Formats: sequence, structure tokens, C-alpha cells
Amino acid sequence: MGRITLDKITKKFGDVEVIPPLDLTIEDGEFVVFVGPSGCGKSTLLRLIAGLEDVSGGEIRIDGSDATMVPPAKRGLAMVFQSYALYPHMSVRKNIAFPLRMAGMSPAEQDRRITAAADVLNLTDYLDRRPGQLSGGQRQRVAIGRAIVREPAAFLFDEPLSNLDAALRVGMRLEISELHKRLQTTMIYVTHDQVEAMTMADKIVVLRAGLIEQVGSPLELYRAPRNLFVAGFIGSPKMNLIDGAAADKHDCKTIGIRPEHISVSPESGDWKGTVGVSEHLGSDTFFHVTCEGIAAPLTVRVGGEVDVKYGDTIWLRPGPEQIHRFDQNGLRIA
Amino acid sequence: MATKASRSAARLMMAPAVILLLGWMLVPLTMTIWFSFRSYLPLRGGDLGAAGFDNYVRFISSSAFWPSIQTTLILVGSVLVITVVFGTLLALLLDQPMWGQGVVRILVIAPFFVMPTVSALVWKNMFMDPTNGLFAHLWRFFGAEPVSWLSDASLPSIVMIVSWQWLPFATLILLTAVQSLDGEQLEAAEMDGATKLKRFFFIILPHLSRAITIVILIQTIFLLSIFAEIFVTTGGAFGTRTLTYLIFQRVLESQNIGLGSAGGVYAIILANIVAIFLMRIVGKNLDN
Amino acid sequence: MARDVTSRRKLINTAAAWAVGLVIFFPILWTFLTSFKSEAQAIAAPPLFLNFDWTLENYGVVMERSNYARFLWNSILIAGGSTILGLLVAVPAAWSMAFVPSRRTKDILLWMLSTKMLPAVGVLYPIYLLFIQLGLLDSRAGLIIVMMLINLPIIVWMLYTYFREIPVDILEAARMDGASLKSEILYVLTPMAIPGIASTMLLNFILAWNEAFWTLNLTSVDAAPLTAFIASYSSPEGLFFAKLSAASTMAIAPILILGWFSQKQLVRGLTFGAVK
Ligand SMILES: Nc1ncnc2c1ncn2[C@@H]1O[C@H](COP(=O)(O)OP(=O)(O)O)[C@@H](O)[C@H]1O
Ligand SMILES: [Mg+2]
Repeated sequence: MGRITLDKITKKFGDVEVIPPLDLTIEDGEFVVFVGPSGCGKSTLLRLIAGLEDVSGGEIRIDGSDATMVPPAKRGLAMVFQSYALYPHMSVRKNIAFPLRMAGMSPAEQDRRITAAADVLNLTDYLDRRPGQLSGGQRQRVAIGRAIVREPAAFLFDEPLSNLDAALRVGMRLEISELHKRLQTTMIYVTHDQVEAMTMADKIVVLRAGLIEQVGSPLELYRAPRNLFVAGFIGSPKMNLIDGAAADKHDCKTIGIRPEHISVSPESGDWKGTVGVSEHLGSDTFFHVTCEGIAAPLTVRVGGEVDVKYGDTIWLRPGPEQIHRFDQNGLRIA
Repeated sequence: MATKASRSAARLMMAPAVILLLGWMLVPLTMTIWFSFRSYLPLRGGDLGAAGFDNYVRFISSSAFWPSIQTTLILVGSVLVITVVFGTLLALLLDQPMWGQGVVRILVIAPFFVMPTVSALVWKNMFMDPTNGLFAHLWRFFGAEPVSWLSDASLPSIVMIVSWQWLPFATLILLTAVQSLDGEQLEAAEMDGATKLKRFFFIILPHLSRAITIVILIQTIFLLSIFAEIFVTTGGAFGTRTLTYLIFQRVLESQNIGLGSAGGVYAIILANIVAIFLMRIVGKNLDN
Repeated sequence: MARDVTSRRKLINTAAAWAVGLVIFFPILWTFLTSFKSEAQAIAAPPLFLNFDWTLENYGVVMERSNYARFLWNSILIAGGSTILGLLVAVPAAWSMAFVPSRRTKDILLWMLSTKMLPAVGVLYPIYLLFIQLGLLDSRAGLIIVMMLINLPIIVWMLYTYFREIPVDILEAARMDGASLKSEILYVLTPMAIPGIASTMLLNFILAWNEAFWTLNLTSVDAAPLTAFIASYSSPEGLFFAKLSAASTMAIAPILILGWFSQKQLVRGLTFGAVK
């Protein structure tokens, strides 16, 4: 079981309030991702849940019972750190066994669990090595192994993939998702990378300066961002945000249109523009187009290869159903 | 890493060290200050009552005081100059490419590990003895009259012994500092046309200045309380009575505790003046 | 500097450095050699360098006459005891300051350092008096305590600088893994800090071994360590060069060997981390 409830929790470092009062419920078995720019308080929030920091106010409940003052060792949560935080002086086996040893588990049971975990994580051949003799991906797996053997109520991940190279990152992302499907245990995952959030989460929590901007499934956030911040943060490439005359036509302060929701034509459309740099990815092409009457260049995404050159004049047309409207305060207009 | 629980655990775990050191500092210090205001002569009946500032005045106005200050300053100053100058040169030499660098390093560092009583005795007898010492042999070999080092040139002799003991310390620290100098900086200076001498004065020396300051401060603190070297060589005779030694004599030899304690307070003040500068540097280093 | 040094240049450096090194080392070497001479050969003119009749006689005489073993044992007990005791007090303190720093941590560290700078002679009589009152004069226990106290700031400082290099994450991971504070320090921090702890112990042992103010003033017979043993040679006996040399060699050899192992850490320990 792993239902975690945060009730008006706050965190101050000295006089600086990093987390203003915040409410959040994480259901048992959910994969929740905290996402937001660097320094917004994601790690702090995670550490509050872990018990590595005291809350300045509010209450944390795990499976209904008050855990606010419970020390980290007693919360039944497991954590995977960005730096992996493996014990350098212990073999992989000892690393994974450490939480079991601390719990006073019998050696036979320890062995059984370690073997099972090593099997799942492809670590069987490395059990007698030291962390220093492993690659980044393997270390990551050991850290995860150390977390799963305890069968915790929930897993906490703090940017676990940010020290891996791009290819490994994609692989580990899948492995963690698979692990979640298999274990069905609550996972709370912190990242600044919205791609990780979109691909892994059941529920995304978008944070800015300690405040929750929006909570929802990846597609909810994609389809209906609650405000300009979420609109700009979720989706890649970023949503185009347009002020001025083009927005006035839609009776709002700002309109947003995603690059993939703009169609391109050589003859006609709503906006006429000049092509700047284009990025050819093979599967897709991104254009940066400077349009008449629109301040910032727009990003446009077109499937496959398109024959458009630097300096060409083209016409853009936003999909009418896919325009997001925002008011003075940056809030979405339904 | 900072929950209330861990903070109170931290306070608890720091307590033994803090309490012990606090006791070690405050109890004897308070007693010294108390004694310094008493007329306290254990051999003549113990505590003979309050003395006001008498002890302080008497300690300063005694004929031994100013010579002891002078001796202390000469000793500390000469050793500092010798160890810093030769230490710098030696550090630069040891930093050069050579064969057997590790062994040379070991040879140079060795004196630091020799206990003060040993180095004082070995120098006193086997080198400085006017009849059988090596120096005497050397002098005679060149047809000169052997010198009675520890009576005729007592202070320079002690300076020499102490310098030998502390040169390794200065060299080791300065060598560490030299090795942390960015080679590219020197190459850039060379490209800019700086000669060797200029590179030394404009790049290497400024780079070493912090380490030199630290060497000076730390050595000063240790040198101010040099004891064993004098104890086993001259016993404070022949103008080698430093402030430390003078206080030692007042306290343990003539058992004038009040007077010795007043001297102790002076020594503490003197050491603290140096300590303040050292702590500034160390403290700054803590911030980053 | 990735430039080839001419071998001529290197040869000059080598010669110069070895010459200086040998001059500095010479007194120790000379003591060592003299310890194997007979008393007559020790004062022979001109001095004999290697061409003498090597003998172990002096070592025998010194051990027999002065009960060398007891002094050695006292040195080991005092240096070792104060090191272990100091470590027991300093490890928790250094843990606190390195991993749970507060606004006062820096002040406490500097204050600890300042106690190290208190001139011993300034508090000689009070300590002497306290020792008499407590029956600690000329006792090993008393000296162990004093050695521990005078070196405690250095131990705390060195451990602090080593601990600060250990990532907090790892200790937090241990905490998440269910480790109590005791387990965290015992099974995670200490093994990781072993190299630092070892060099701290080594330096402290050396400093305690060589300390020659308190050991000379607070001991007479029972607890006297090697520093006092050597000091007893300061008058007439010192004129027996060969025996003095044998005694000196025995007093410094163990520590010289330990010292060579600790030279790297020495800098950090003696400059309180200000030079690395
Ligand atoms: N121990 C601390 N003391 C003071 N400020 C802190 C501490 N830890 C984090 N902060 C501050 O809290 C804010 C949030 O930090 P963090 O949670 O690490 O952000 P994120 O993980 O989202 O990048 C930052 O502004 C950071 O400077
Ligand atoms: Mg973070």
C-alpha cells in the first residue's frame, strides 16, 4: 500500500519559503511525476516526503497514518538518488542487502530477495563487484535494486536519469516504467525533463516556485494546460505563444498553438512569413518562421522531409480546434 | 540533511568534544589568572594573600624580562626567515623533474619526525661538542680553533637546531603550494616574455604568499613555546632564556607561582595576537 | 608543462636535490651510524664514516641499563591511548559539523583551533596542581588525557575536512535504507572515511609521541616516555656518543617510519585544511 497525502505542507529555509502551503494526494500504485524548472522545489518536496527534511507546517500521511514526525528510516519509503548514492566500500550484493540487513532480515531471506532483484535488473553477473567498477547504467540499476528489495510502500526518484547519456536515458526510462507496471507500487519521480514526465507518468504535477501549477494526466496537460506556464513547459518543441492582433481576433490576451498543429502551404493561409533556420530530423522537420504582425518567430513542425529553403515565403494556418486561449492573468479560457 | 532529530543528535554528539575542550581551556586559564593576582609561594607557606597587579609589574620590571623577550623574538624571527627562505628554494628545487624525487622528499622531511629531545641532544653532543663534535673536527681540519657553540654562540646554535627541525614543515607545505600552481600560467608568462626571475617574483611568489603566511603563523605559534630544545641544551643559560623558559623557571624552579602565572598571562596574550591572524585565514578558507 | 627536459638539466636538478637532501638528513644518518660504533670509535679523530667495526653492543647496554622497554611501552600507551580516545570523541563531533552544519559550526571549529594555541607554559602550574590533587602526576592515564586534549582540535579538524568530501547523499541513502544514526556512522561513514581516519590517527600518534613539554614536566619515573628517556642523557651520559646514538635511534626509528607514510596528510593536518 502506498497512498500519500500532503496536507497544507510548507517548507521554509530560514526566512525563505520554498514550498508555500501545498495539498496533494498520491494514490496507491500511481506513477506521479513532479516536473518543473530547476530550483522550483521538486527535490525539497520529495525530501519532505522522504523525511530527510522536516516540514515547517502541515501534515504528511502515509496510508492514512500521520507520518509528519516519523524519521526517514521508519517511513517505509525507498529512494533513488541522482548521484545513485551507492556505498562505495560495499560490493553490489552488500549494497542491495544493506536495507535488509538494517531491517534484521534472516540471511536466507536476504539472499532470496537479492537474487530475485538481481535477476530483474540484469545484475546477476555483477553482484561481487564494487560500485566503482560499474558503468553509469549499472550503478543506476544497483540503486534501484537497493530500493526494490525492501518492498517499500512507495519509491522516490530524484532525477535518477540526469547523469546518464541520452541513449541510456531512453533505455532506463523504459525499464523504470516496466518496473512500475510489474510492481504496481506507488512511484514519485522528480525530473526537470518534460519528456520523461510525459512518457512515464500516470499523473504529472507541474511545479513553479514551490507552487503547483497543474495536476493531471499527461494528455490532460497537453490538451488543456491550465495556464501559460504549463502551456510553455509541456510539449516539445514548445507551444508558440502569440500576443497582439492575432490574439485579439480570438478575443483573448494570448493565443497558443503547438508547432505540430500548424499546417504549411506555399500559396495561402492565415499568416504569411519568411522561413528562417530549419531543423531536419528525418522523421520531422522544424521550421522557424518569422511572420508579419507577430513578434517572435513561430516554430512549425511538419512530418517527414519538406522542400522549403531559408528565405522562402510560406503561409501558415493554425488548426482552428487546436488554438489555446489565455486571459490577462495567463489563465486558460475554456 | 537537516531535520530536528538530526540537529539534536548533532548537538549531542558534539557535546563531549566541546565540553572537554571548554574545561581544558577554562579551568587552568581561570586558575592561572587567579594565581597571577595572588602572592603564591608553595615553598614559603602557599597563598600569602592578594597581590593586585604586583606580579604583573614585577614580572615586567625584572631584569630577566626584556632579555627574554629579545631572545624570544630573535629565536622566532631567525627561524622564520631561515625556514621560509630555504623552504621556498627547496620547494622549487624539489618541484623540478629529477631522478629519485620520492627519496629526496623523504630525506628532507625526516627531521620533522625526530623528537625535540633527540634532535637537541644529537646536535648538542655529536655536532656542537667543542672537543669531539663533528664541527670541532671540521674546524680543526681547516686549522681553526673549535667553537664552544652552546656557550659562545648559544642563541645561533639553538636557532640552527630549531631551523633544522622546522625546515621540513615549511618545505612540505610550500611544495604542496608550488605543485598546485597552474603550469599554463607559467607558460603564458613565458610567452609574454617574462624571464625566469620575473616569473618567480610576479607569478610564483604571489601564488605562494598564502602558504607562506600560513607557515609563518603556524610556526610562530609552535616556536613561541619552544621548550625541550632549550631544556636539554643550555637550560636557559647563556642568553637563551625565552619567555616560555623564563615562566617555566619561575613556576617550577623557583616555585613563585604568582609571578610565573602573571608571565603566563603575558604569554597567552602574545600567542593570541598571532592566533587571531591565523584564524582569520583559516576561517576564510572555511567559507568556500 | 609538457616539454622535454634535457637530461643534462635533469642531472643537475638531481645532483642538487640529492646533495641538499643528504645534508638535511645527515644528522639522522650520522646518529644511526654512530650507534653501531664503539665509544672509542665514536669520538675518533678524524671521524669514521663507514670504516669502523660494526657492533650492536650499544643497543644491548642501553636496553639493559635504562629499561628502555618501559619507556617505549609508555610512549606507545600514551600516544596510542590518546589517539584512540581522541578519535572516539572527535568522530561524532566531526560528523555533526560536516553533515549537520549550523550557523555556529564555523565559530566552534575556530574556537577549537584557538584552544590549541594556548601556550602550555601559561597553564603549567594549574595543570601541575590539578594533577597532584587528582593523583595523576607521573601516571599514564594523566598523560593520555592531556595528550588527547592538546591534539583533539587537530583530530576534529582533520576528520572534518575528510568528512566534508563524503557526499551527504550516501548518508541520506543509509537513513532511507533504515539505518539508525549509529549504523549510519558505523557501517557507512566510518568505512568510507577509513583513509582519512587512518592518516588522522597517524599524525596524532606522531605528535603525541614527540610531545616534549608535558611529558617532561608531568612525569618522573613511572609514566616517563621516550622523550624523557632521551632527556635523561642530557648531562654526563650524553658524552657517550655511541650509547646516546643507540638510544636516539630507538626513540625515533618507529616514528620516522610512520611519518614517511603520512607525509601527504601531514600538510592538511598541520595547516587545518588551509593548504591542500
Ligand atoms: N538546505 C537548503 N537551505 C537553503 N535553501 C535551500 C536548501 N535546499 C534547497 N534550497 C533552496 O530551495 C529551492 C528549491 O530547491 P530544490 O528543491 O533543490 O529545487 P529543484 O530540485 O526543483 O531544482 C532553491 O531555491 C534552493 O536554493
Ligand atoms: Mg533537484
